Amino acid sequence: MLLLKSKTLIEKSKPPNYCIINYQRNQRNYHSIRAVMANALPSNLLDESLGGSSGGGRMILVEDCVETSGAFVVHHLLKRALNSHSSDAVVFLSFSHPLSHYDRVLRKMGCNLSVQRDNKRLLFLDMLALDHLDRNRGKTSEDILIALYGEIQKAVEISRSHEARHHITVVIDDVSLMEVDANGSSDLVLDFLRYCCSLTAQFGCSLIALNHGDVYSTVDQPNLLLQLEYLADIVIKIEPLATGLAKDVHGQLTVTNRNLRVDSGKSRSRIHNFQFRIKDNSVEYFYPGSKT
Amino acid sequence: MAEWICRTLRDGGLEGEHAPALTINDTITCSLGSFVFDHILSQLSSFIHSQKSQSSGIVLVAFSRSPLYYEQLLKSKGYNVSASTWFKVLDCYTDPLGWKSKLANSGIIANDSLGSSVTAKLCKNVKDLDEVSEMLRHASVSSVASLLSELRSHGQVSSLFWLIHSDLHETRATAALEYISSMKATVIVQPMDGLRGNSACLSLMENNLKRGKFNVHVKRRNGRVKTMVEELYVENSTINFAPFSTEGEVISQSLVPKVQFNLQLSEKEQNDRAKVILPFEHQGDGKNIQIYDGRKSLNESKGDSEQTCLEKEDSGRGEIIYFRDSDDEMPDSDEDPDDDLDI
Repeated sequence: MLLLKSKTLIEKSKPPNYCIINYQRNQRNYHSIRAVMANALPSNLLDESLGGSSGGGRMILVEDCVETSGAFVVHHLLKRALNSHSSDAVVFLSFSHPLSHYDRVLRKMGCNLSVQRDNKRLLFLDMLALDHLDRNRGKTSEDILIALYGEIQKAVEISRSHEARHHITVVIDDVSLMEVDANGSSDLVLDFLRYCCSLTAQFGCSLIALNHGDVYSTVDQPNLLLQLEYLADIVIKIEPLATGLAKDVHGQLTVTNRNLRVDSGKSRSRIHNFQFRIKDNSVEYFYPGSKT
Repeated sequence: MAEWICRTLRDGGLEGEHAPALTINDTITCSLGSFVFDHILSQLSSFIHSQKSQSSGIVLVAFSRSPLYYEQLLKSKGYNVSASTWFKVLDCYTDPLGWKSKLANSGIIANDSLGSSVTAKLCKNVKDLDEVSEMLRHASVSSVASLLSELRSHGQVSSLFWLIHSDLHETRATAALEYISSMKATVIVQPMDGLRGNSACLSLMENNLKRGKFNVHVKRRNGRVKTMVEELYVENSTINFAPFSTEGEVISQSLVPKVQFNLQLSEKEQNDRAKVILPFEHQGDGKNIQIYDGRKSLNESKGDSEQTCLEKEDSGRGEIIYFRDSDDEMPDSDEDPDDDLDI
C-alpha cells in the first residue's frame, strides 16, 4: 500500500507490510519507488527454484549439517510466508529457540514478528517452555504429540475461518529436537509429521520442516531421513562446498522438486544448485562462478 | 511389457490358483514407483469400466496418499468414481492411528471427513495397496506377509498389487514380500556411464527424477522366472514405457582413453584376427582341455593316440593329439624351469 504525500522523501518506516514514500514528478523518485517495491518483494534464486508462488499443499524439507546451518532458509521461508499475501498465516513450532531469537533475526530482514503475532498472522508454539502441553505432569510422549497435533489442527481451522485466510504454513524447527522431545522415538515423530502432511491434503496448507542430515548419517539405516525425503515435495539441501572453506562463499544449496505431478507445461528444471553467502541482514544467492 | 502386467492382473488367476500378485519396488534415487502404481490403477480402472475385465471392482487401501488424490487421478482419466460402485477406497491415510478421532472425541478439533467412500465391500475385485512400506512401519513383516497371502488365496480377490520402497526396509522384509508375489517390477536408475563432475551429477540426478529402467521378473507356473526390461520416462505427469535400448552401452564402449596410438581394431584387422589358427588345444572344437595327470600310463595314452592316428590315417589325414602335462605357468613365477633337470 503506497501513501502518496508531500515532496520530501521519508524513509521506509518500521512496520513491514506498508511503506510511506514521497512522490515527485521526476525521474529520481520514480527510481526510488522502484527500489522500494523491489525491497518489498525480493525475488532471488531460492524463490525462483521454489516456484515463485507460495503454492499450497506442499511439504518442504530443509536438510542441513553442522558445517552449514540451514536456519537462514527457515528464516527466509518464514519471511516469505508472512510477506506474500496479507491473508496468509503461519503456525511456528519451535523446539530450538524462543520467539525473541527469531524476532531479532527477522527484524534485521525487515519483518516484525511481534506485530504479526498481534495481528493473529503468526501463532508461535514455544516447545522449550516446560509447562507447555503439561509436559511435567507425566504424560507419555505419544499423548504429548497427539495434543500438539491437536493444537496445530485447531489453529489451522481457526485461522481459516478467521477473515478467510487463504494459505497457512506450518513451520517446524527442528525435527531432530522433536525426536529428543519424544524420548528418541523416531516412529512417533514420523507419525506426527504424517499427520501434519495430511493437513496439506485436507486444508491446503504448506509444511516446512528443518532436519539435520548428519545426525542420522551414522545410523545403519537412516530411516527417518529417507522417510522424510519420500514425504517431501521439495527437498532443500544445504551443504558446504566440495572444495572446502571459502571467504566469499559460505556453502551451496540444492533444491530438488520431487513432485513431478505439478507440471506447468514448460520444461522447467527439477533440480537447482547454487551457492550462497550470508550477510548481516540478508543472504545472497548466485550461481557458481557468477559472484562478482 | 507394462501392458502385459496390466493384462495379467486383469485376467486374474485360474480356478484353484492363488491370485496373481505384483510388487512394485523403487528407491529414493529413482522414486517413480508411485507413477507406475498410478498407471496400473488407471489401466485396470479402464478395463473394469469398459467391462473387459474378469473382476467387477477395485478396492484401494490408501496409506500414503489421500483418497481424494485417487478420486482426482481417476477423474482426470475420465472415470467419475465418486458416484461409482466399482471403486472403493479404504482410507488409512487420514487417521491411521486414531489421533484425530481421539481429539475429536475430546472436542478439540472438528471431525471432518475428506468426502470419499470408506466401506470396502468385497466382491470379485482387484485389490491395491498403496505403500506397504507404511504398513511395515506399524506391523511386523510376518503379519503383513500373512495378510497378503490370505488376500491372494481369498476366493473373491482376482488380483493384487502393492508399492514398496525397498531402501526403507531390511532386505529380508522386501525379500519376504517378493516371495509372496508372482510378479516383481523394480524401478532402478538408468545406467549412464562416463559422466563426471558436479554438473554431470546434477544432470544425472535430474535424469533420475524423470527416467528409469523398469525390470520385471515373472514367476511362471512351471517354475521358470522370466525377466523383461523396459525404459520408463515421465513427462507432463504421465508415464510412458519404451523398449530398452542399448544406447547407454554404446556410449560406454566408445569412451576409450584418448591417447596417441590406436587402441581399436579396424575391420580388416578384426577379420584377420578371427582367421588366426590357435594352438592345438584352443581350436574351439568343443573338446575339453585335457591335462595329463599321471594316472594313465603313457603306453595307454600312446595306444589311444595310435588308434586314433590309425583311424585318421585311414581317412588320409594326420592329427596331433596333445596331452598337456601341466597348466600354464604364471609369468614371473619363482620357480626356475631348469630346476627339474636331473644333471
